[in-house]
Amino acid sequence: MKGTDASGDPAGPVAAAERRPAVRERGLRVRAGECTHKLRTGDVGSVPVVVVLIMIWTAFQLLDHHFLSPRNLSNLSVDIVGTGLIAVGIVFVLLLGEVDLSVGSVSGLAAAVFAVLNVNNGTPEWLAIVAAVLTGTVIGVVQGFFFAKVGVPSFVVTLAGLLAWNGLMLYVLGASGTINLRDTGLIPALTIEYFHNPAATYGLAALGATAYFFASHRDARRRRAAGVPYRPLGSTAVRTAGIAVIAFAAAFVLSRFQGLPLALLLFLAFVVCLDVVLRRTSYGRKIFSIGGGVEAARRAGINVVWMRISAFAASATLAAIGGLFLASRVASVGQTSGSSNLLINAIAAAVIGGASLFGGRGSPWSAVLGILVIQSIASGMVLMGIETAVQYMITGGVLLGAVVLDSLSRQSQKAHGRA
Amino acid sequence: MSTPPVLALRGISRRFGAVQALRDVELEIHAGEVVALVGDNGAGKSTLVKVITGVAPADEGAIEWEGRPVRISRPHEARALGIACVYQDLALCESLDVVGNIFLGHEICRAGVLDEVSMERRARELDLLDTLSTGIANVRVPVTALSAGQRQTVAICRALLSRPKLLILDEPTAALGVSQTARFLDLIEHLRERGIGVLLISHNLGDVKAVADEVAVLRLGRNNGFFDVLTTPQEQIISSMTGATDNAVTHRKAWEAVR
Ligand SMILES: Nc1ncnc2c1ncn2[C@@H]1O[C@H](COP(=O)(O)OP(=O)(O)O)[C@@H](O)[C@H]1O
Ligand SMILES: [Mg+2]
Repeated sequence: MKGTDASGDPAGPVAAAERRPAVRERGLRVRAGECTHKLRTGDVGSVPVVVVLIMIWTAFQLLDHHFLSPRNLSNLSVDIVGTGLIAVGIVFVLLLGEVDLSVGSVSGLAAAVFAVLNVNNGTPEWLAIVAAVLTGTVIGVVQGFFFAKVGVPSFVVTLAGLLAWNGLMLYVLGASGTINLRDTGLIPALTIEYFHNPAATYGLAALGATAYFFASHRDARRRRAAGVPYRPLGSTAVRTAGIAVIAFAAAFVLSRFQGLPLALLLFLAFVVCLDVVLRRTSYGRKIFSIGGGVEAARRAGINVVWMRISAFAASATLAAIGGLFLASRVASVGQTSGSSNLLINAIAAAVIGGASLFGGRGSPWSAVLGILVIQSIASGMVLMGIETAVQYMITGGVLLGAVVLDSLSRQSQKAHGRA
Repeated sequence: MSTPPVLALRGISRRFGAVQALRDVELEIHAGEVVALVGDNGAGKSTLVKVITGVAPADEGAIEWEGRPVRISRPHEARALGIACVYQDLALCESLDVVGNIFLGHEICRAGVLDEVSMERRARELDLLDTLSTGIANVRVPVTALSAGQRQTVAICRALLSRPKLLILDEPTAALGVSQTARFLDLIEHLRERGIGVLLISHNLGDVKAVADEVAVLRLGRNNGFFDVLTTPQEQIISSMTGATDNAVTHRKAWEAVR
């Protein structure tokens, strides 16, 4: 188990050979310790949701072999985007330990603003998009202000928002009721455009895996240079292989239908960027810290009011963007846009994917996994012609399971801390 | 001593409305010295901490820092001087890991992105995590999963990050078990060796005797004696905390006499 890569070491080969295995073993031991520790304390991460997803896919495939067909999976990958973006926004608020019930109404309102401006008033499309997204941002700031500055519980503020913004949407739509979007332009293209060239699909998969590998490898090198525990190359390679298998399998399936959907590409871009913001910037660190202990955050000099407002703004902005994707998918905006079911699905997605209702735990990837579960159930039910009643009950059961797991893991962590 | 004290309080008074919480309080702490501040509940210990940390500035009196007069009217002014404080409730973020907590609000960034490697290395350089062997093998564990003693080590590391010259510890051993307390007292010895002045607020005279150089007693918001720990019997400290003619035993006798 001596050093496998003999890159230039100023201290000479002998010293390096003596030193490296020690650091590496320590690194391994710590990583292994971290792992067993996580399992023992009930911090199971995304394992349960992945297991559930595999079970759902297996079950539906056994019941109907069209389920895992390229067509169905490709449609699924576009269907998740609208609600998925809203769920990603919800994660920001959940990380604070708060909730945003207004996202469904906000998404409907944003779509209505876009449709009225662009279709009815003839405003240029880009301007209508900016107006729709800014509508979301402003709403988020207003709700955040009432919560963070005035001190109204977020539940109440956003419940009021749920009603008020839905009312505003109906008002904006006015007599027309339903507005059909134009056939051409950016918004329709969002969900009907595909990159048919397989090079794009496989290229993205290759890019993802390579980027992951080099980012991890660079991190490990820096860690080794700094003398802190690092992930050994073998472990990075195994993880990269896992990501590559998933990415290339997805690419294979997608390329056998229409290719890479534009919507999916944009969704993944959003998720990757926001994941970096939340996990790797001091802004994200502050959001996490407020969810884990407001008092500590305050004493650390963090402007809690401003951070809370910004998280609600992020949530409503993403809801607006998600609303545009949803409108694009059905090519129209109507009285039922952003109806209550959407809100439930978005929150359920974030929670099922592993974002904690108690704050301080979750990531945009939670939203992706969760919305995959929810949309898979919906898609399989539609495929088999089962009524929505059953679909709701099953989704409800999965949600309850996720929340129970969240509570149990929290209790177990606490008990462990006290021991 | 020839060098001026790190911190000297002269005639500090502070009132909250009708309550005179502190009156003409004097205190000196030298570098590498551990001063214990003891007193009954409501004696004004926490108020004195708030005066020093700028949370509740003094109404009257002067503060000298390394021999020159200073004003501490806001928390960041105290921090800028080199004063750090670990509050009794520690104030840690449950969901963040050890490194995240130590650096909260003072993250090291590289090109806008958190530099986890540098933070982890510096956390290890504080070398409390290792030398005090509180069993924090992994600085990436969320603090929810740590024991009371380990959490306290994290809070102290956090306070030491700014390389303070004066560290204030408010009731640090209240939540600790016996072995954890022993380790904690080792930690204070360690800080003393590094030349940090320590102000230790405690109810536990056993701990105070084990580690402090000097004991300052507060009673009803006033100084009620300074004692050398080695030469003063514990009973004398207790009686000056409670008031010599006003301790639990005389209370009982007075009560019986009335009956
Ligand atoms: N924020 C405050 N407002 C009003 N009275 C206070 C406040 N803080 C402390 N006091 C009073 O000042 C006195 C000293 O309190 P404190 O410093 O907390 O004592 P100790 O920490 O020694 O128990 C008490 O009588 C307390 O009621
Ligand atoms: Mg007190």
